Amino acid sequence: MRVLVCVKRVPAVAGRLTLTEDERALDTKYVGFQVGPHEECAVEEAVRLVEAHGGEAVVLTLGPAEAVEQLREAMAIGAARAIHLVTDGGDWDAESTAGAIVDAIGEDEAANGPFDLVLVGNEAADSGGYQVGARIGRALGRPVVTGIKALSVADGTARCEQESGGGRDVYEVRTPAVVAVLEGINLPRYPSVPGRIRAKSKPVASSSPARPAQRLELRRLVVPVTEAKQAQVLGKGAAAAPAVVELLASVGVL
Amino acid sequence: MATVLVLITTADGAPDKVALQALALGSQLAAGGAVHALVLGDDAVAAGLGAWGATNVHLARHPALDVPAPDAAARILDDLAGSLGAQFVVGPGTEEGNTILARSAARAGLPFAANCVSVTAGSPVAVTRSRWGGSLLEEAVINADRAVLTVAAHVIEAVESGGSASVTPFTPQLDDADLAVRVVGRVPAPAGGVSLTDAKVVVAGGRGAGSAEGFAPIVELASLLGAAVGCSRAVTIAGWRPHTEQVGQTGTKIAPDLYIAAGISGATQHLAGTKGAKRILAINKDPEAPIMTAADYAVIGDLAEVLPAISAEIRRRRGA
Ligand SMILES: Cc1cc2nc3c(=O)[nH]c(=O)nc-3n(C[C@H](O)[C@H](O)[C@H](O)COP(=O)(O)OP(=O)(O)OC[C@H]3O[C@@H](n4cnc5c(N)ncnc54)[C@H](O)[C@@H]3O)c2cc1C
Ligand SMILES: Nc1ncnc2c1ncn2[C@@H]1O[C@H](COP(=O)(O)O)[C@@H](O)[C@H]1O
Repeated sequence: MRVLVCVKRVPAVAGRLTLTEDERALDTKYVGFQVGPHEECAVEEAVRLVEAHGGEAVVLTLGPAEAVEQLREAMAIGAARAIHLVTDGGDWDAESTAGAIVDAIGEDEAANGPFDLVLVGNEAADSGGYQVGARIGRALGRPVVTGIKALSVADGTARCEQESGGGRDVYEVRTPAVVAVLEGINLPRYPSVPGRIRAKSKPVASSSPARPAQRLELRRLVVPVTEAKQAQVLGKGAAAAPAVVELLASVGVL
Repeated sequence: MATVLVLITTADGAPDKVALQALALGSQLAAGGAVHALVLGDDAVAAGLGAWGATNVHLARHPALDVPAPDAAARILDDLAGSLGAQFVVGPGTEEGNTILARSAARAGLPFAANCVSVTAGSPVAVTRSRWGGSLLEEAVINADRAVLTVAAHVIEAVESGGSASVTPFTPQLDDADLAVRVVGRVPAPAGGVSLTDAKVVVAGGRGAGSAEGFAPIVELASLLGAAVGCSRAVTIAGWRPHTEQVGQTGTKIAPDLYIAAGISGATQHLAGTKGAKRILAINKDPEAPIMTAADYAVIGDLAEVLPAISAEIRRRRGA
């Protein structure tokens, strides 16, 4: 089985968000980078599928030169090789991103045969476009399922579960297919030291696609103004318990 | 004046709340023009939409629509948008809405703006949309003749207009390819437990709980209050609690009367899930933790001491 997994490098911000001077990106002077949680799980899922069925997991990113770090992370947990669509770091809208990914898939498949599955995150952690998977599937004429929290493949059919109304809806689609996964589909492993060492010598195929005119054109980012609160301190340590219980009673939840 | 088409998703015989919010935005964008609403198979819902701002309701009836089939929905939406000559196609910013509108835009070869918090008609159409689960906003323009977008949940209020609308049933054209992705079965909800989404009180723990065993006082307080148990991502990736309990951008969005967050620092992605909480009580060793500027109340201290003391105090009061 051949599985392609698409990941996006995003800043690992946690605290206050600050923007760059041109207001088009987050200021990342003091933060690291990572792939989003859905995609971490997508990589883990790709590796598990290949462990179970044989074949190869390939990881792809469209991003700046530094995004090779995220490709190495994915290779450290088991992806065999990587495809890097190198950008100058500027924002690509989801439609252009999907277009470049579709072209790269076409090239790889011409040489190596079809990917049984293309795995993407349900939505990118930073831009939340909710569409790259749908666009890849449409362009390649393959079924797409989104919001997936359980996946298994047998006899050319992918069985996918999606949470809905408390329970889960089950989809079954023929492979090759595109599956957009959610965090929680699995618990990703940590890369081992030997895994990291092996990843250093795994192949990365790089190319630089042209950035088309943006049809969802980013003009500016804005940090929303939230009312700056300062919590009222009810007390310190165990001694605060009576005040807390008073609060529970006064708001009617006791 | 513009022609607007709004997708109304439904559950249990009622329109989704966010779909009615989308209809409210659709009415604004129409600025006196026609507000078309599309309903897939749900007769009871179609009849009531005039009261929420629709001027024309299109009711698609097809045997294949009795279970979710997102490509079929996307095709019907796209075909209808084409025949109406809609300038705006609007849907709810829910999982279902986003996947259908994304597919519809992909079919039509149009850009798609998910989770908009405001939209300004014009050429080009300008949108403000939510990023990072709502922690950041993006201002963008849509360079296309038709703007395909969804409305972020619970940002725009649904408006009862008191109007009425004619309902036009029709049989959509669907091919096998449109039905390749279709629900074929269902796994029922696990019995028991308080649902995180609907809970009146949520008691959650973070890395400060220290271990899976460290969650005992959190679970104990939750059960005393009939509350749901929540946690941060640090906890789920450590394997201490299941992902179903994670609150935040990639977890569940909660809206309780009271959220008790113990040993949670208050990262933006965590707080992306707690915006609907009426009140937040933080329990943290660190008086400078970021959560202190999002919380209403705080106790400074070790959760392993504070929580059992609260539980004991509740028992004492109830015993008395
Ligand atoms: C794209 C993306 C999506 C994300 N989605 C989510 C999400 O959905 N949900 C989520 O939660 N996170 C999410 N995160 C992760 C988030 O950025 C933080 O890493 C995470 O929320 C931190 O969890 P925490 O507060 O438990 O841990 P920490 O940040 O380590 O905080 C632990 C806190 O516990 C306090 N503490 C320690 N010991 C004690 C004690 N004994 N008693 C009381 N207090 C104590 C400390 O003072 C500290 O404030 C996401 C990150 C990214 C990049
Ligand atoms: N720049 C990128 N490089 C590789 N994959 C991407 C990129 N952007 C988005 N994706 C994939 O598409 C998914 C959905 O993205 P989006 O539709 O933009 O929210 C992400 O979770 C990734 O798996």
